[in-house]
Amino acid sequence: MPRITFIEPDGFRRVINAPVGITLMEAAMQNGVQGILALCGGACACATCHVYVDAAWLPSLGDKEEMEEGMLECAWEPGENSRLGCQVHITSDMDGLEVTVPQRQGAI
Amino acid sequence: MISTIVIVGGGQAGAQAADTLRREGFAGRVLLVCEEPLLPYQRPPLSKKYLSGELAADRLPFRHRPFYDEHRIELKLGARAVSLDPRARRVELAGGEALAYDRLLLCLGAAARRLTCPGAELAGVHYLRSLADVTAIQAAIKAARRVVIIGGGYIGLETAATCRQMGCEVTVLELADRVLNRVAAPVVSQFFEHEHRAKGIEINCNARVIRLEGSDSVQRVMCADGSEIRADVVIVGVGAAANSALASEAGLACENGIIVDEYCRTQDEAIFAAGDCTNHPSPRFGRRVRIESVDNAFEQAKTAALNLLDRNVTHDRVPWFWSDQFDCKLLIAGLAQDFDQQILRGDPASRSFSVCYLKGGELIAVEAINHSKDYMAARKLIAERTHMCPAKISDATLPLKEAV
Ligand SMILES: Cc1cc2nc3c(=O)[nH]c(=O)nc-3n(C[C@H](O)[C@H](O)[C@H](O)COP(=O)(O)OP(=O)(O)OC[C@H]3O[C@@H](n4cnc5c(N)ncnc54)[C@H](O)[C@@H]3O)c2cc1C
Ligand code: FES
Repeated sequence: MPRITFIEPDGFRRVINAPVGITLMEAAMQNGVQGILALCGGACACATCHVYVDAAWLPSLGDKEEMEEGMLECAWEPGENSRLGCQVHITSDMDGLEVTVPQRQGAI
Repeated sequence: MISTIVIVGGGQAGAQAADTLRREGFAGRVLLVCEEPLLPYQRPPLSKKYLSGELAADRLPFRHRPFYDEHRIELKLGARAVSLDPRARRVELAGGEALAYDRLLLCLGAAARRLTCPGAELAGVHYLRSLADVTAIQAAIKAARRVVIIGGGYIGLETAATCRQMGCEVTVLELADRVLNRVAAPVVSQFFEHEHRAKGIEINCNARVIRLEGSDSVQRVMCADGSEIRADVVIVGVGAAANSALASEAGLACENGIIVDEYCRTQDEAIFAAGDCTNHPSPRFGRRVRIESVDNAFEQAKTAALNLLDRNVTHDRVPWFWSDQFDCKLLIAGLAQDFDQQILRGDPASRSFSVCYLKGGELIAVEAINHSKDYMAARKLIAERTHMCPAKISDATLPLKEAV
């Protein structure tokens, strides 16, 4: 299982062995990662699974669809490397991936 | 000293409240009591990807078992609370066990409204609220071809779309003159009626169901205008009523839900309530509301948990909601009530548009179809009580956040 590091809002580095096939959001929820709320359960309707992806990893995560793009535009402090965790499916080549959880989630 | 907090109801609100109590450092006992014999799980996929089989059951729970163990959240699953004694601060469970509490949180949710016409008790008539309900529906439609859905609200339409994708012949019967009539603008109703019909679903509006007929199991749905629709399975989605009996029988005020204030407090200082079961004030919208949504259950549960710990925070957020039907996503921000202007943005024929609601010039709600940008912008604009320019709103080439 790929090892993925979530850097939580208080700086804690939570390392997770994530099963392939589920999403980054699900891996975070199942392991109680602080700061990921995932209220809509992956429907791309809440923007509370927002993460910043380590720049080196961005290309390997694939492109954002228009719906995700729109959600992120007005999310809390979006960046070039913002993704919605529920739209990223974990693959075997993501071993070592690092993502940072923002200080806040949702709109505004 | 608060040493024991009992939460009755382990749905979205109950699970969230337990989580928040621990994250906020509460060190006493937390008991989460739920009638359903399952780890707290998400309901929205029940009418969507779980019904279709796309999402497996193990992806429904919010958290897995170790999370509850690690956080010392004592789960009492398959346990129904049958009575409440506010004086003695005790909850009694079916079977006789009594739980003493220092503070109690009621997260009882809502129950599907039952059909009352003759024939409503026939086999083959289903409701959709719990995982057990979906298991029964899945078994029923395996052997069935014709599914009749009574009620064209969110759950009815989502279920219709999913059953159609699973290969059923589907008819939706709606009492009003359009689907989603209580919850969306006419143009949004028209859009969804069109989408469903294009996928081969029959939608009959102005259809008053008067009787269900069949020998062993339901076979026909009879309407007031004399029409008769053949059915192998009937799924009823005619709204939900708050589960408030536990509270009202204990003498707590209830009216369309358990009455709470903006701190999620009931009349009893030791008893709080959150989620679908509450009737609560919305300071922002200046009225009492009962809202059935994930967002409301989550936010109220968080507020209630903080106030169980005497933090004095109020619940006054901009509500939001979503619904998935086929490849269309309806995103709603705010409450479209008491508005004085309704403005269309974009062309429904493009399958991506939105409807904005203004009251005295202020943006109070937006319904966005396949338009996450307008929806997210709206959540912010509504929260900030922004006055908008109607002419700019109707110019869909301009981002909504610039239509001020
Ligand atoms: C099919 C379906 C689709 C939905 N889709 C969406 C959607 O797309 N978006 C959205 O925002 N919302 C949606 N909702 C609504 C959302 O799921 C609810 O608003 C939310 O679950 C409310 O959470 P709650 O904790 O208040 O109640 P519930 O989730 O209903 O939980 C209440 C729990 O309390 C238990 N309980 C009740 N009485 C007792 C008792 N006396 N003793 C012990 N336990 C008891 C119940 O069995 C239940 O498990 C949907 C709901 C359904 C049914
Ligand atoms: S979980 Fe809601 S947008 Fe990702």
